[in-house]
Amino acid sequence: MATTVIPAARPTFLAAAIREAALAGAVAFLLAFPLLGFALVDIPGGITVAPRFDWVVIATVAVFVGRFLLVLWRHLRPESFGQVFRVPKITAIGPFAVNDVIGWLLAAFAMVLPFLPIADRYIIDIAISVLIYVMLGWGLNIVVGLAGLLDLGYVAFYAVGAYSFALLAIHFDFSFWQALPLAGVFAAAFGVLLGFPVLRLRGDYLAIVTLGFGEIIRLVLLNWNSFTGGPNGISQIPRPSFFGFPFTRTPPEGVTAFHQLFGVDFNFMHRTYFLYYVILGLALITNLFSMRVRRLPLGRAWEALREDEIACRALGINPTNTKLSAFAIGAMFGGFAGSFFATRQGFISPESFTFIESAIILAIVVLGGMGSQLGIVVAAAFLILVPEFGRDFAQFRMLVFGAAMVLVMIWRPQGLVAHREPSIRLKPVDRRAA
Amino acid sequence: MKDPALRPPPPGFILEVEHLTMRFGGLVAVDDVSFAARDRAITAIIGPNGAGKTTVFNCLTGFYKPTVGRLALHKDGRTWLLERMEGFRIAQQAGVARTFQNIRLFPKMSVLENLMVAQHNRLMRASGWTIKGLLGLPQYRAAEREAIDFARFWLDRIGLIDKADWDAGSLAYGDQRRLEIARAMCTRPVLLCLDEPAAGLNPRESAELNELLCYIRDEMNTAVLLIEHDMSVVMEISDHIVVLDYGRKIAEGSPVQVRNDPAVIRAYLGEEEREELPPEIVADLTAPGPAAIGPGAVAPVRDEGERQ
Repeated sequence: MATTVIPAARPTFLAAAIREAALAGAVAFLLAFPLLGFALVDIPGGITVAPRFDWVVIATVAVFVGRFLLVLWRHLRPESFGQVFRVPKITAIGPFAVNDVIGWLLAAFAMVLPFLPIADRYIIDIAISVLIYVMLGWGLNIVVGLAGLLDLGYVAFYAVGAYSFALLAIHFDFSFWQALPLAGVFAAAFGVLLGFPVLRLRGDYLAIVTLGFGEIIRLVLLNWNSFTGGPNGISQIPRPSFFGFPFTRTPPEGVTAFHQLFGVDFNFMHRTYFLYYVILGLALITNLFSMRVRRLPLGRAWEALREDEIACRALGINPTNTKLSAFAIGAMFGGFAGSFFATRQGFISPESFTFIESAIILAIVVLGGMGSQLGIVVAAAFLILVPEFGRDFAQFRMLVFGAAMVLVMIWRPQGLVAHREPSIRLKPVDRRAA
Repeated sequence: MKDPALRPPPPGFILEVEHLTMRFGGLVAVDDVSFAARDRAITAIIGPNGAGKTTVFNCLTGFYKPTVGRLALHKDGRTWLLERMEGFRIAQQAGVARTFQNIRLFPKMSVLENLMVAQHNRLMRASGWTIKGLLGLPQYRAAEREAIDFARFWLDRIGLIDKADWDAGSLAYGDQRRLEIARAMCTRPVLLCLDEPAAGLNPRESAELNELLCYIRDEMNTAVLLIEHDMSVVMEISDHIVVLDYGRKIAEGSPVQVRNDPAVIRAYLGEEEREELPPEIVADLTAPGPAAIGPGAVAPVRDEGERQ
């Protein structure tokens, strides 16, 4: 008996691995058959459906092999998975923590990016997109990462900010800088509006209600034709001016343009550079605010609320005010970002504020490692740049995007930067000892 | 018109519980219980599992609204009717702090942060509801330094000063228990309610706990209300003991009185089983001195109400 058991030990594992891989392959097959198995082909006089079963086979085999290798790797190197994965507690370069150094380097890089030789129109535009999402990620991080309130409708506040600016500018001739604080106030008010009914909810239930809230805002924008322009959106939103000096080649009579003010030649890139620095500034303000408030009683109460609401109440912390402040402040930064989005695009419509936007922003926060400021930058860059540079893959762009996210979550389930630094220390850390 | 419920307090008492009744549907968890807790004293509530002790605590600390009853807390010449107050205000204004049967620290925050969160209201005022704090005004900085010093004092007292920057969740069990008490004390309460603080502690840790509780009573001038199964803790440090069984108060008095009360012995052991007990236990039960009256340090079988 024993002679048959011992040599069977290894094949048992292989059999289990093959079984698991086969299961994944079967699921892939079921999905690939209808999705990849047929293609629309142009024929003279119309289109027809042509089978494409070789693609189904490729997808199924790829998933089977991938899953098998994953199981094998997990078996051979279990330490590289899950919580056991080495997350350096405090890594140091000289007297600074590694995260701080990376953060400052990134900030410095962002400052000088427009002056670098690689910076053409395309790069700066992508950089602006990344920064918008970084800012949205930092804003949502206040709600999700610090206060622990799972919000799937964050895009609603982005929309409120965008429409606030657009409507104020169209109807009341507000400039971007005049409308910005008001957009923040409106978005914060909507944050409180959402906050009140969900005060008692947590986790999944909260997620569902916030998801519904996001959709409500979108549907209102879509259907209130007389006010929001409905599906046509709002166009002709004024482009930003340099504090009153427009970026135009030939300004109207009596107005000084930016290039005239500084006595330089007109360059259409000036506006792009300006937009870039505006969003960089807004994002940095969001970051500074979050980092600062984390060290204040309000920020600590948010984190405590995330950890244990009942204990918070036993300590005399008002959970209502604490939650509402998190919703309001998070929403406010979403509103700022929305205003910027509106002035940058010059045109907004409800299509820009669909659920997928909320999902991407939430993915940035989760992928970055809940509560980590630096992680959010890395995750935002990842989530915006991968689909962007993945354009070479044409129709497989989103497939690459999905696969990349799956790989990151396998590799670092806690998020890219999972270390949490306490908001206050009794003793300064002797980093060389660490 | 003056509220008749706000009648003047009897001298020397900090808490009066009168006719407290708590029903959950058909179940009467607490049935017409009245007792009072003295200022600067340790009052223990004991009773078999499911007797309604934690329910009394949850009523006192605002986690339940009692069905019937008056819960009066006397602080600085003012009377707070706890049954009318919103949960968090009981800790914020009346000065009642509590710990939990299953420890409720903020596990991913550091030990020091846990103690800073406990001083939230004081710091929030000093930070001008965050605005002054954001600007970094000196008034807030001074308040923060003071809060850190107070936290440091308690960390020193419970022997966790070297672990101040650790995650609270990574502490040993006994350390977590002590930290939870220190966190409650950082709210600067007048009444500290402890729900089974000795559960899961070894004898040495229990002895340290006794010392800590006496220190809180004698040096911090804080009254302590204690739910405990560990009789070595209860009998040694309590000034007054209230015994509950099936939601009713069956006895009350000093440790010696309670230990010899036939109703208490009956509640803990049941009448019939008593003859079947080994003689040395029966002797323990009737002998004076700090001996167990029941199955001491019983692990809590039923968690009767952390949830709401």
